[in-house]
Amino acid sequence: MIADFFTISMRDIWCKGIRSWLTMIGIFMGIAAIVSLMSLGEGLQNAMDEQFELLGYNIIYVMPGSSLVSMGTGTAKLDDYDLKIIKKIRGVELAGGLITKLAKVKFKDETAYILVSGVDPGSTQEILFDGTGIEILKGQKKFSESDRYKAFVGYELWAGNVFDKPVGVGDRITVNDKRFHVVGEISRIGNSQDDLSVYIPQETIKDIFGVEDDYMMIMARAKPSYDPEDVAEDIKKALRKDRGLDEGDEDFQVQTMKQMKDSVGIVLDGVQAVVIGIAFISLFVGGLGIMNTMYTSVLEKTQEIGVMKAVGAKNSDILTLFMIESGTIGLVGGVIGCLIGAGLSKTVEYIAVVELDQTLIKASITPELILGALAFSFIVGCISGVLPARQASQLKPVDALRYE
Amino acid sequence: MAEEGTREPIIELVDVWKIYQMGEVQVKALRGLSLNIYPHEFVAVMGPSGSGKSTLMNMIGCLDVPTKGKVYLENRDISQLHESDLAQIRGQIIGFVFQTFNLMPGLTALENVMLPMTFQGTDRRDREKRGRNLLTLVGLGERMNHKPTELSGGQQQRVAIARALANDPDVILADEPTGNLDSKTGKEVMDMLTQLHEEEGKTIVMVTHDQRLSTYVERIIQIMDGKTTESLNHNRGGIEDDEI
Repeated sequence: MIADFFTISMRDIWCKGIRSWLTMIGIFMGIAAIVSLMSLGEGLQNAMDEQFELLGYNIIYVMPGSSLVSMGTGTAKLDDYDLKIIKKIRGVELAGGLITKLAKVKFKDETAYILVSGVDPGSTQEILFDGTGIEILKGQKKFSESDRYKAFVGYELWAGNVFDKPVGVGDRITVNDKRFHVVGEISRIGNSQDDLSVYIPQETIKDIFGVEDDYMMIMARAKPSYDPEDVAEDIKKALRKDRGLDEGDEDFQVQTMKQMKDSVGIVLDGVQAVVIGIAFISLFVGGLGIMNTMYTSVLEKTQEIGVMKAVGAKNSDILTLFMIESGTIGLVGGVIGCLIGAGLSKTVEYIAVVELDQTLIKASITPELILGALAFSFIVGCISGVLPARQASQLKPVDALRYE
Repeated sequence: MAEEGTREPIIELVDVWKIYQMGEVQVKALRGLSLNIYPHEFVAVMGPSGSGKSTLMNMIGCLDVPTKGKVYLENRDISQLHESDLAQIRGQIIGFVFQTFNLMPGLTALENVMLPMTFQGTDRRDREKRGRNLLTLVGLGERMNHKPTELSGGQQQRVAIARALANDPDVILADEPTGNLDSKTGKEVMDMLTQLHEEEGKTIVMVTHDQRLSTYVERIIQIMDGKTTESLNHNRGGIEDDEI
């Protein structure tokens, strides 16, 4: 019987033509927004997770400054003394510093301003290239102690996205007017900031910029049997103690990948919640549209309702018919919304990859998302139809038949 | 009529009142009306406009309940029944034929005929088979998949008759069945109702103000100011073609 009711309802929706489509607009706009935003949000989250995974969960990052925003801009510094303290902590297997400076990089006749990092051929290099998924694809695998004016280049450089021509192994570049020999190409990390970088030996960067031990970041690798969170906490305590600071007054940041992931996740969730909230308002308006259409439908079909009751339809049958109709409007709106939403997010992904060369933005269209969106649109349709359907079902047959 | 003393009426109205409250005014559509209709009768309810004919039809058809009095259908008092029970009775015991045909515009002729069976939960194959048989019976075997708008008035009324027969009801209520038809098509419809009465033994109650239709029925129930005055019909025999 439900199948027959469904057929009757579909006929009604079809007969209404343009009115049915207009009613659905509200629903499919909302669903399209939800599907596209959630798929992009989920995709971004997944890409971030991959990034964090790539960089390694057992690595702890210590940075100067009391917050990520003030990182490197304040007076607080991390130097060799801090590095020594960190190295002494139980649970730290290796620790090394990274000096990063913005430098004028020249290739052939072109100039670009790029972050250049000085890598200590010992610990820093090992943490960077052994403990993470970052590797040297071409050229020599590591800097040796004796290397001075040699450089590894990031993906953006060797892919040819910075200068007219790709900068590859064997090429020569200048960093702050000093000539360097490119000896390695670093694998793609996935975010443009990390991919747009040049690595040189630490001693060389100290010479060029006239700095000694002004670390942008100290990286520590936790021993396998230790929880990186606990080790991070120990580092925090040790540095705090050494600097005579109270908890909360730190002029440095200690973060594990998990914490970074969580804090990025919180931001992402917040953004997603706001945007999805707006999409829900659109769905609510869409639901009101369905309700309006269904009330009109009840008025238009009053006599038909009378006839159906005269030939034996019970109140519950009329209620079911109208609920199926409104639910179907919602569901069809949902199907169109899913298609538009999926199309939108895939377009954004395509633009991100092709136009912006950004692999972090990925649309993650999962069956759960689509099924959830469809179920939700059907429920919105049904809820919107409850009141009109009730009104229709409670019409007295004699009044309904007489209605003109 | 001589048999009436020994037969149980299929429809019995006892002192039925129907009072509508129109603002401050009370309109008494039926005023203590009583009547019996027996199985296999062909009865016409006649009376001037506003006499209470339609209200009476609504009572018999379980579309409305009386303000006062009793309405019995196959010995069951329907005046106190709940709407879902009334719907059940309408679906199983009564078939309606309306003046304006009242077919569902979105459905085909066949689907319209199948509709009452749908509400009774009849299996789809059985519904379709019976729908096809009924449409063939009323001479519309070739137009089963046409929508009402693609059919003439006479054809629409024949679909409505087929729909009225869908659940094989005992009683057919026809409200001005020829009111919207030309006289030739009207005669075809009346001949069909007569055939149903004579061959299928259906009890037919027809509301009309068309005096010419009285020739088809066995008994005329005259209604005036919400009360009845019955009369036997001695002119039965139908309308001759040359009267059209």
